[in-house]
Amino acid sequence: MIEFFTHVLSGVAVGCGFALVGSGLVAVYRVTGVVNFAQGMFAVVGGLCASTFLAAGLWHGVAELSAVAVAGAVGALTWALALGKPGTSAMNALIVTLAVGFLGYAVLVSVFGDTPRSSTGLAGMTSVFGVPVRTHHLLVIGVTAVVFILLWLFLTRTYLGKALTACATNPYAARVIGIPVARMALFAFVLGGILGGLAGVLLIPLRPMSFNSDVSLIVHGFAAAILGGLTRPMVALAGGVMLGVVESLVAGYANPAYQTMVALMVMLVVMVWHAARRPTLHQEVTV
Amino acid sequence: MITVEDLVVHHGSATALNGVSLTVRHGELVALVGPNGAGKSTLVDTLSGVLRPTSGRVHIEGSLAHVPEGRQLFADLTVEDNLRLGAWRSRELDPTHVYEVLPALHDLRHRRAGSLSGGQQQMVAVGRALMARPDVIAVDELSLGLAPIVVDDLIRHLIALNGERGTAVLLIEQNARLAFEVCSRAYVLEAGEVAAEGDCAELAQSSKVARAYLGGSVDAP
Repeated sequence: MIEFFTHVLSGVAVGCGFALVGSGLVAVYRVTGVVNFAQGMFAVVGGLCASTFLAAGLWHGVAELSAVAVAGAVGALTWALALGKPGTSAMNALIVTLAVGFLGYAVLVSVFGDTPRSSTGLAGMTSVFGVPVRTHHLLVIGVTAVVFILLWLFLTRTYLGKALTACATNPYAARVIGIPVARMALFAFVLGGILGGLAGVLLIPLRPMSFNSDVSLIVHGFAAAILGGLTRPMVALAGGVMLGVVESLVAGYANPAYQTMVALMVMLVVMVWHAARRPTLHQEVTV
Repeated sequence: MITVEDLVVHHGSATALNGVSLTVRHGELVALVGPNGAGKSTLVDTLSGVLRPTSGRVHIEGSLAHVPEGRQLFADLTVEDNLRLGAWRSRELDPTHVYEVLPALHDLRHRRAGSLSGGQQQMVAVGRALMARPDVIAVDELSLGLAPIVVDDLIRHLIALNGERGTAVLLIEQNARLAFEVCSRAYVLEAGEVAAEGDCAELAQSSKVARAYLGGSVDAP
């Protein structure tokens, strides 16, 4: 039984990382209507930078925050490439983000090499109700909880958050009342970069990363985010955690080789069930 | 208030406006009529800065608010949030002054904008524009898709606003009969050019305008 709970908690921690990647997708999609396929790359940038900064002797905290800042800057760069030209359609921008992801491979492999990197994270074990848990798992869960509460409050309770939502629901009306839609899109991409970077920084001690780890991250993040129609961060959180737990249980009790497959099957079933209840993925923006 | 001189606007390679000049003076009620595709909405979109002119001059003294065609609310936000976003430029977020002009909005303030009837939505759209405390308000197709009794009510509010606060109104209408009843002066836009302009009463007498837009003669207001 204790083993079961250990698997569940480690699954929740990894799932929190997926949820953060998913929330970055949500932040960008809510505001711009663009599915940002470079989102997984933001996480890899965050993770690899953190590991490199730590290896270079930077303090914990400073290294991680700097890595998140770099990911935010990469988010801004992605915005410039994908939406920098006024009037670019969301579909064209999506294709550019896909290309930016591949361009990211080239940059990452030449800067960081092709061997997977890891970092130490928070060492040691903690006991939660008698269940031994890696302390770093608790850190991931705690940080994710705080980030999601802040994100939810920001989007639903603040003026700027509502203006961001307005850009997504009706960009024309947003322009009519003077909201600078392009600048808001830049803001969303930076936010997406920061959330992705945070995911990478938190996950790299749990699963080593190399330049092409973004595929697994974007697949899981997308699966988590699509549950809420790409617009609802809290649903993305639930989806991410569910994925993480299922994967962890499969890896623990069956063959680790099947973990991603089983988790994605579960997600597929949920999506089919979801689609049966609501005919199409519509543009509704709620939290 | 609004001075437009020799305005040319392109949509891609198509010319939407070809040398349009127009003025709206302080506290005036001016109608802009014309058939579909004449460039009426292009003109207001240029006034509110959504579109950039190719050439010509747009000068707006004070502030202009734009009620776009089709209401264009933020459907998933509440009525009050829609109103508050209307004050994006001024950041005067208190909607009390709008509730004074449109009391019905006060009762609806917590409703989701997308759940309202067409007339209520149009009222929110007007309210959102008023949040900016405009000196001139451009209303694009107020009557489109609304029952006459609802339109009359909204028009009464606009006239009251004009009388009490001196807000100038530019009324963009396909329904020329309605626009001529409300306004004192009018411009007729055809294929991106001003085809006629002048007093509504005189324009209504002009057989060409009357035949094209009024479906026969109309009683002057």
